[in-house]
Amino acid sequence: MAACSVEALLAKAEQEEAEKLRSISVHKELDLDFDVGNLLASDKNRIESRDFKQQKKEDFLRSLARDNTQLLINEIWKLPTERVEEAIVARLPEPTTPLPREKPPPKPKAPTKWEQFAKLKGIQKKKKTNLVWDENAKEWRRRWGYKRANDATKEWLIEVPETADPNEDQFGKRIKAKKEKVAKNELNRLRNIARAQKVKVPGVGLVPTAQQSKDELARAVSVAKTSTASAGRFQDRLPKEKAPKTGKKRKFEPLIGDFSNERQKQLELLKIMDGKKPKLDITKAVNKQMREEDREEAAAKYKRGAGKRGRKGNMSGKGKGKGARGKGGKAGGGRKRAKPGKH
Amino acid sequence: MRPLTDEETKTVFEKLSKYIGENIKLLVDRPDGTYCFRLHNDRLYYMSEKILKLATNISRDKLVSVGTCFGKFTKTKKFRLHITALDFLAPYAKFKVWVKPGAEQSFLYGNHVLKSGLGRITENTMQYQGVVVYSMADVPLGFGVAAKSTQECRRVDPMSIVVFHQADVGEFIRNEDTLT
Repeated sequence: MAACSVEALLAKAEQEEAEKLRSISVHKELDLDFDVGNLLASDKNRIESRDFKQQKKEDFLRSLARDNTQLLINEIWKLPTERVEEAIVARLPEPTTPLPREKPPPKPKAPTKWEQFAKLKGIQKKKKTNLVWDENAKEWRRRWGYKRANDATKEWLIEVPETADPNEDQFGKRIKAKKEKVAKNELNRLRNIARAQKVKVPGVGLVPTAQQSKDELARAVSVAKTSTASAGRFQDRLPKEKAPKTGKKRKFEPLIGDFSNERQKQLELLKIMDGKKPKLDITKAVNKQMREEDREEAAAKYKRGAGKRGRKGNMSGKGKGKGARGKGGKAGGGRKRAKPGKH
Repeated sequence: MRPLTDEETKTVFEKLSKYIGENIKLLVDRPDGTYCFRLHNDRLYYMSEKILKLATNISRDKLVSVGTCFGKFTKTKKFRLHITALDFLAPYAKFKVWVKPGAEQSFLYGNHVLKSGLGRITENTMQYQGVVVYSMADVPLGFGVAAKSTQECRRVDPMSIVVFHQADVGEFIRNEDTLT
């Protein structure tokens, strides 16, 4: 009895010891993967679905989470620690798990009109040297910009072309051309930006051309008409001129709206359409009348023929006589019918 | 997809009334549920409210067809009926033409109906009246326009056209890829 109690005591002590250890040591079949830099532990052990079902789900999950967290904390304790203001801190290593970036990668820059064109045509950029030899200055100079080589603007003399007007200022012409080029470039730059941001590319307006098309003329007229202080409200119109096109937006009913209202509107429309039809269709009426007459005639003919056959069945030369009678009868019938018609 | 504007509704109803007259009311106001006309890709579809609500889950560019296609609007905003509308035209048709069995095939190949192939015709059909064409066994074959009135039909020679062909069920095979 005593031995039994000793064994029991030992077992109990052992259990207590294990209980104490359990708080920090966790046994797993497969070791966990740690990425301490991210404070990440991944458990590859299989979850027995039987356990999961037998135990209460919440309890099972809680104990699993506790065990794995314990393992992670153990791992952190293995790192070198230091004491900062009475708190023990560990220096975490570099994270090893690559994480996706927080924001989406920036979109590639929209190609300019020239870049689109160059791609289409297969034009490739050629690298040019920065410095070129200036024959006049006898030295290497930059290709572009201030103090550039072979600077055309620095020429003190320009030959007047044979075809040009001799009194024209060639220097002024050159400066003007340069300014225009710069302005055009700037405009193109702005249009590229506008296109990239998908805003409406501003039009250049009405450019004077040698021959205006009908559309261009119409636009010019409408622009001129609305370019008054009252936005063209009191502008007179020519006798046969059409009303200017207003930029009125099309507006549709919602796809799923008031169905009963929609039906009501359609029925109303049908009623209006029905009302527009003439009550008496003359062709139809005439046709009907003609058909009735035809039928009456046929009936009368049949009756007469039958009656005749009944009375004088054995007479010879039947057809001829019948025809003559029939005709007479028909005329008579017509007269008879005419009478009620007149009333 | 969108509902029709007033103008479009009018053109559609005017066209439909050529075939089914005031029976359009029965299409608009149905006792068995709410049915409506919707426009999608210039095509007119007739569907129940339920189908419409289901169809809203499909994006506009991916939606090929919904309900029954009645026809389409041309670029000049006229309305053309398609053969797919026959299921709704045939039961309500006001004017009918029956073709003889020998002329059925010719009609189904897209030809006009000649006097020789005319079996029966509704009384007092006017000229240019929309008619639904049936076989002698009362199977709807298509629809067209009366070239002659009933009265005139009796007098013309057998080779003259009495019904102009507009659509026939043969199109289900001939125009399989464009019918929706």
